[in-house]
Amino acid sequence: MMSAQAPILILLIPLLCGLAITLVAQKSKNLAFFLILIGMIGSFSAACSTLIQVLQGSAPIHYRLGGWPPPFGIELVIDHLNAMVLFIVSGSALLTAVYSRNTVIVEIPDRVHHYYTLYALLVSGLLGMVATGDAFNLYVLLEISALSSYALLARGRGLAYLSTFKYIIIGTIGASFYLLGVGYLYIKTGTLNMADLSQMLASPDMKESVSIKTGFVLIIIGVWVKMGFFPLHGWLPNCYSRASTTTSCLIAPLMTKVSIYVMIRLMFSVFSVDYVFNTLQFQQAVVWMACIAIVAGSISALAQQDLKRMLCYIVLAEVGYMVGGVWLMNSNGFAGAVYHIMSDVMMTLCLFMAVGAVIYKTGDSSLESMRGIFRKMPVTATAFLIGGFSIIGIPPTCGFFSKWYLITGAVETGQYHFMIALLFSSLVNAVLFFRIIEIGFFNRFDDSGHGIHQKFEFSEAPVMMLAPMLICAASLLVIGLYTSFILRNIVQWTIPAGL
Amino acid sequence: MYMESLISFIVTEYNYSAALILIMIGMYGMIAKNNLLKKVIGMSIFQSAIILFYISIGYKGGASIPIIKHGSGMADHAAIDPTLYVNPLPHVLMLTAIVVGVATLGVALAILQKIYRVHGTIEEDEILESLKE
Amino acid sequence: MDHLPFISAAPALAILVSLAAVPLIALSSKIPNLREFWTLAAGVVKLLLVLSMAGWILAGNTYVYEIWDILPGLSLKLRVDGFGMLFALVASTLWIVTSIYSIGYMRSENEHAQTRFFCFFAVALSATIGVAFAGNLLTLYLFYEKLSLSTYPLVTHHQDREGRGGGRKYLTYLLGTSIGLALPAMLITYHLTGSLEFSSLGVFPETVSKSTLVVLLLMFMFGFSKAGLMPFHSWLPGAMVAPTPVSALLHAVAVVKVGVFSVLRVLTGIFGIDLLAGQDLNTIVCGVAAFTVIVSSCIALSQDNLKRLLAFSTVGQLAYIILGAGLATKLGVTGSMLHISMHAYSKITLFFCAGAIFVATGKKYISQMVGIGKRMPVTMFAFFVGSLGVIGLPPAGGFISKLIMVRGALDADMAWVLGVYLTSSFLNAAYFLPIVYRAFFCTADESMFEDKVSEAPIFCWLPPVITATISVVLFFCPWLYLGFANVMFQ
Repeated sequence: MMSAQAPILILLIPLLCGLAITLVAQKSKNLAFFLILIGMIGSFSAACSTLIQVLQGSAPIHYRLGGWPPPFGIELVIDHLNAMVLFIVSGSALLTAVYSRNTVIVEIPDRVHHYYTLYALLVSGLLGMVATGDAFNLYVLLEISALSSYALLARGRGLAYLSTFKYIIIGTIGASFYLLGVGYLYIKTGTLNMADLSQMLASPDMKESVSIKTGFVLIIIGVWVKMGFFPLHGWLPNCYSRASTTTSCLIAPLMTKVSIYVMIRLMFSVFSVDYVFNTLQFQQAVVWMACIAIVAGSISALAQQDLKRMLCYIVLAEVGYMVGGVWLMNSNGFAGAVYHIMSDVMMTLCLFMAVGAVIYKTGDSSLESMRGIFRKMPVTATAFLIGGFSIIGIPPTCGFFSKWYLITGAVETGQYHFMIALLFSSLVNAVLFFRIIEIGFFNRFDDSGHGIHQKFEFSEAPVMMLAPMLICAASLLVIGLYTSFILRNIVQWTIPAGL
Repeated sequence: MYMESLISFIVTEYNYSAALILIMIGMYGMIAKNNLLKKVIGMSIFQSAIILFYISIGYKGGASIPIIKHGSGMADHAAIDPTLYVNPLPHVLMLTAIVVGVATLGVALAILQKIYRVHGTIEEDEILESLKE
Repeated sequence: MDHLPFISAAPALAILVSLAAVPLIALSSKIPNLREFWTLAAGVVKLLLVLSMAGWILAGNTYVYEIWDILPGLSLKLRVDGFGMLFALVASTLWIVTSIYSIGYMRSENEHAQTRFFCFFAVALSATIGVAFAGNLLTLYLFYEKLSLSTYPLVTHHQDREGRGGGRKYLTYLLGTSIGLALPAMLITYHLTGSLEFSSLGVFPETVSKSTLVVLLLMFMFGFSKAGLMPFHSWLPGAMVAPTPVSALLHAVAVVKVGVFSVLRVLTGIFGIDLLAGQDLNTIVCGVAAFTVIVSSCIALSQDNLKRLLAFSTVGQLAYIILGAGLATKLGVTGSMLHISMHAYSKITLFFCAGAIFVATGKKYISQMVGIGKRMPVTMFAFFVGSLGVIGLPPAGGFISKLIMVRGALDADMAWVLGVYLTSSFLNAAYFLPIVYRAFFCTADESMFEDKVSEAPIFCWLPPVITATISVVLFFCPWLYLGFANVMFQ
């Protein structure tokens, strides 16, 4: 009984929790935390149940809201792809909720219950974007998550207000582009249901229609703005790096990956492989743009002196991985991109959590704050190392295997520039992380070049921060080791027909 | 020939051109203006333009508002002639979009207020200037 | 060969045993004797596990163990054959000897962070055995990377500026080439052939063009830059900032030999010697290797720092081994496999002696070692035997392997390679023998040391004596290692 309702519960539980928090938890920070935890656990277990259902049955689950049949009513459609994304999004939101126990009280002491309300709203917006099967519904949920993320991001450090304001402007442009694009599709087809749209769009005269092409371009640009794809990325590093620790842990891994998911969904479930790659002629150009995104992101990351900004630029480079992988026009590249959605959420989350713990203890986010980390915070350092190795792509962490598939896709289609960009980024990431490891491992030197003896006291972050961090780090290895399982049972099913 | 069809498009389908012009005005405001409040106004124009665009596509020549005459009974239900009524769906959708737009505006203004309190100005160049000092 | 492979977890256990020792070592950091006991115990267990497989391997069998199904169609798997066995045996015997030596060295130098040192030492060893037993290229790559990373804290052990510089160079070269060259080469190979299994016939279909093969060959040879082929060699002298036991085991045996082993595996198992000879690829291999042999030997001639001299000598000898494999004849490859073990015993002796000299006298430079033979006769005699092995003179094992490689060169009708071999041996003699000569035979005025015997602690001088003895024993009965090498060609 409950399992039949699981798809809607995934987003309903956090939504109701958000409501409950704002109503009853004004006085008690503990109650607010308790409620958000309940909400995230509920959402995560519903996502698990959905994932299991999808894995057991081969057909996607259609959940009709209010029993209205499509195309009149809104429906949630859960197939292998979004079951996986739902699982990973709700899972990482749960981990971040646990992690937030200590950080939120320090960073936003006055408004804990409001913070958690927005948190729940953002998560349900993101989960809704992933679950929905309706193009307009997607817009509304996109705006719900965007609005709550604006408010969350604004409570940050330094120039957070200004950078959030810029994000509002750019984010609104992106969302409006998406809405406009959907309008074009609606004019031509008269429907907003994704499955219905794709049937209508399959007819030959639709393929030639300039309106549909314009709609596609507008939609894709709108989504690219949201994910910070080069050259529409300017807002992202400023905004995410100035946010508070919990906010950046929550938003930086999820927002970009959900946007990638939306792009994949629209490209292949609304439009088709044939339309995107044969009727339109952008494929080469997008892969080149992805290469530039990867190279530019990596080089900019190298230039940063602030840990969080560095991570933000790494996120940008990773966006290039996934967009490039999807646009390679190759099943291995596509599989790599989908697998990378999963692994990238976990590895960026792991890194943001580790950096957050360092900031929590030292109050500093510069590279220098990592000095003596191996003595002071060995557990955090271990999580950071594993996350870094995964970003570099060292086996058996999951980063290696996503790169394996992306590169295989590039080799198979002869797009060697994408392979070179990926390898270049791996090398730059190696430099990035070993620069930090060096700072952590070596003391300052005296004139003769010997390490100055510095005593670093053991002072690790609280358990509530360490536990989710370690789960993340372990999941990187687990995902890596179970690559074969994931590919056979999930990723393989997501590859669209004709690729 | 081409020019002719373009002109006839502009004249007959002027709703699209109007929406496009408004979108352009809005975009200009959002990107080019230095005053942050003017950016917000641009954003609002931009969103309204899209709303107008949607509303106008529901229009049908000579059609009435979508309230079914004598619609109290179940009889005649299948015999409704869709050309007599404008398409209500875009209108309903825009109800949601208006709500979203208002909410965005609200958040933007709230943050703008915060910026003014922190920096004492809402001119972007002055804010950046004050940071250098 | 009709033998079915044995399915056995023994190779996996041999890898795991030193990993299992890591937590034990870490936990007993307060009690040094217990900590060192774990290191030695793991070493002995590992050696016994390796030896337990030796008999069946010699009889022409292989051991196979699939660890994990990691990618569809590609699993992590272990496969023990003669060559892997040869290398594993060398590494696991030398681990025990080096552990004894490390204990002496680290304690008498009073080094800091000894627990960390022994932990990463054990991790590095498990990675080495992993490379030796790797059943396909992916597994080999995985352990190869693990070795690079786990040796970084060993190389930078002193945590001073020099250490940081050496460590930077170390990782830049090793990770840079393995990610930048070996990884794409592996992926392209997989794309072309659909397989990364080692096969003595090679995996490439005939349709692959020669230019592709040349590019891949170069990417693999330089990609596994632990093999130190020029121009990717300079991490090795740079990494000499590490404590001597690390230099000894990792840079004379484990790390560099892993590089050579990987290159040899690719040459024999991915390309196959028939393809190398048939497509005339072997001249490329030989050319690159010969260049490195000659140039590095010449550089070694001009070194005054003993450890740097040994490093350049190692670069030369590694290229020597690859040169043997590049001949692409049965004898050449056998000789080069054999030389991996022979050179290991000789070179580790030399490093041990350098360390013992440093512990006893604090001297690093050759110019300060005149007359040291009178003060440390045992150490210097071991040094003499070790250098004989590297030069390739009887009665040291190096003579046998070099002899086989020379015969391989004649077999392959590559007379110029013979010239390279002889020149190199001559140069080796030119930089080693004067050190020994001046250590023992100098006038009383020239001698920088008092005429009184005063060796380093027994933990420091006993290991080189043991390895030197093994090196001599191998001259008289090389059948064990030769047997392993021969199994590969049955």
